Amino acid sequence: MTIPAIETDQLRKVFGDTTAVKGLTLQVAQGEVFGFLGPNGAGKTTSMKMLLGLVAPTSGKAFLLGAPVGDRPTLARVGFLPEHFRFQEWLTASEFLQLHGELLGMERQALKARQDELLERVGLTAFRGKLLRTFSKGMLQRIGLAQALLNRPALVFLDEPTSGLDPVGRLLVRDIIHELRRDGTCVFLNSHLLSEIEVTCDRVAFIRHGEVVRLLDLGSMGQDSATVTIRLAGLTPGMTAGLRRWSDEIHTNAEELTLTVRSEEHVPEINQYLVAQGARVYAIKPARMSLEEIFIATVGKDGGL
Amino acid sequence: MNTIWIIARMTFREAIRRRIVLTGLVLGVLFLIVYSVGFHMIYIEISRENARDATAFARIAQKEMSSFLLMAGLYAVAFLSVAMGALLSADTLAGEISSGTIQTILAKPLRRSDVVLGKWLGFAGLLALYFLLMAGGAVLSAFLQAGYTPPNLLVGLTLIYLEALLVMTVALAGSSAMSALATGGMVFGLYGLAFIGGWIEQIGAIFGNQTAVQVGIVTSLIIPSEAMWRRATFEMSTPLASALQMSPFTTLSVPSSLMVVYALLYLAAMLALAVRTFQKRDI
Repeated sequence: MTIPAIETDQLRKVFGDTTAVKGLTLQVAQGEVFGFLGPNGAGKTTSMKMLLGLVAPTSGKAFLLGAPVGDRPTLARVGFLPEHFRFQEWLTASEFLQLHGELLGMERQALKARQDELLERVGLTAFRGKLLRTFSKGMLQRIGLAQALLNRPALVFLDEPTSGLDPVGRLLVRDIIHELRRDGTCVFLNSHLLSEIEVTCDRVAFIRHGEVVRLLDLGSMGQDSATVTIRLAGLTPGMTAGLRRWSDEIHTNAEELTLTVRSEEHVPEINQYLVAQGARVYAIKPARMSLEEIFIATVGKDGGL
Repeated sequence: MNTIWIIARMTFREAIRRRIVLTGLVLGVLFLIVYSVGFHMIYIEISRENARDATAFARIAQKEMSSFLLMAGLYAVAFLSVAMGALLSADTLAGEISSGTIQTILAKPLRRSDVVLGKWLGFAGLLALYFLLMAGGAVLSAFLQAGYTPPNLLVGLTLIYLEALLVMTVALAGSSAMSALATGGMVFGLYGLAFIGGWIEQIGAIFGNQTAVQVGIVTSLIIPSEAMWRRATFEMSTPLASALQMSPFTTLSVPSSLMVVYALLYLAAMLALAVRTFQKRDI
């Protein structure tokens, strides 16, 4: 069995009387591109900071690449682009990468070569001697991304990596994430930009109040799979359990049942089953939901506030 | 150790790039020019008086006046160094936490203590350079113009540097827990407390009021910075001035050498506190 890139068990953070993260239990495989979705204030950034050792968990456990969080040799194999990327603006782009490479304990020669390579990759070679003070938001994000990749990390955390970027910059980030996946790097992505997540991630977790409310395999959201909304009365917990033979993704609220099935072919079977169990079915709407619709269905229109 | 060095170098570079060094240098040189001109004019007046009356007493008066002027200069230098130390470090951790620049640093494979120690080392170096320029300039000015060198020069200057270093370290500890403004307020509040405590102790000593002296000692225990200044003036006073207690820069109630040891321990404890607070802090 390979070691997961990220593994957490009931990770919890309480600030005063506010619970930022309620109990995060999660496993992310190495080489996976994992999306962490949730409304503002759902505890995404706090969760990420706990994984990086920036915030101490109130309780629970977390491991990165098999080692407990905060383990220093492991951090040498991790990259991080924070959300409100604010960097030492009195450094030039090149000095900035140099500083962070040194802090990672990189060899001088290797660091030099890697710096050139990354400046080229993010399109900032011409600006390497310029002070970060003079950079636009998009340029800062690019240099921040380069910083996160200096050590060819096995695991990269990107907190809202495309939030300040124009379409060209977004495409660049998307391409870089694809390259990282190709090279077997695990990417842990915090984002609100669902369309971005949809095209880059293998799997996503929906977070609400610092808990995983739903895990979704985007790979299996292929042609055949469908999300079905069923309006019915008389649903029992026993029925919900019975439905698990067709679907792992079942959500119920009031008189509605939403489930993701592998194929639309299962819809008549499900109907038959429900009726046989004594439920009164009023409507069945198979729909191929976009990630955005799933998001709203999962966290609710109130954004979980 | 390597990380401490990287952070210390970064701190230096930051001070240079953010024009802190340049500002300190320009205003420092300006201070020294004004000081030297003032010294010169007063010294000429005294020399003219002495030319008419070349007695031994006049020569002593000349020396005492030089001593007085130098101590006045060093008093200003001490205050400026304290302010420089406090301003340098009050914003450092607090500012980087609030702006978020510290996040990418702390996600690296390093100890948080290395960040605090590196910054302390960087500031201690910057402060040493600043103090050396200012105090060295004032001492040199007195020597070149009047041929005057105070007794125990090295010990005295070290004690004044220790005063500034102490305040800088307290500010760093504050900065690891509070905002830059709160830290600044706290540090100057403590400085004011030490200042007034020092005077109460002095005046208490004149009137032989033991309670007043004890109030001063207690404030020195709360923050021993001012006590280092008074120990320095004691070390650098001319024997006559000390005997007659005739200037505001002579010390009536001398902080003991035990107080110097206390100040060193205090500094170490503040640095340890800064490290500990920063280690526990959620970023």
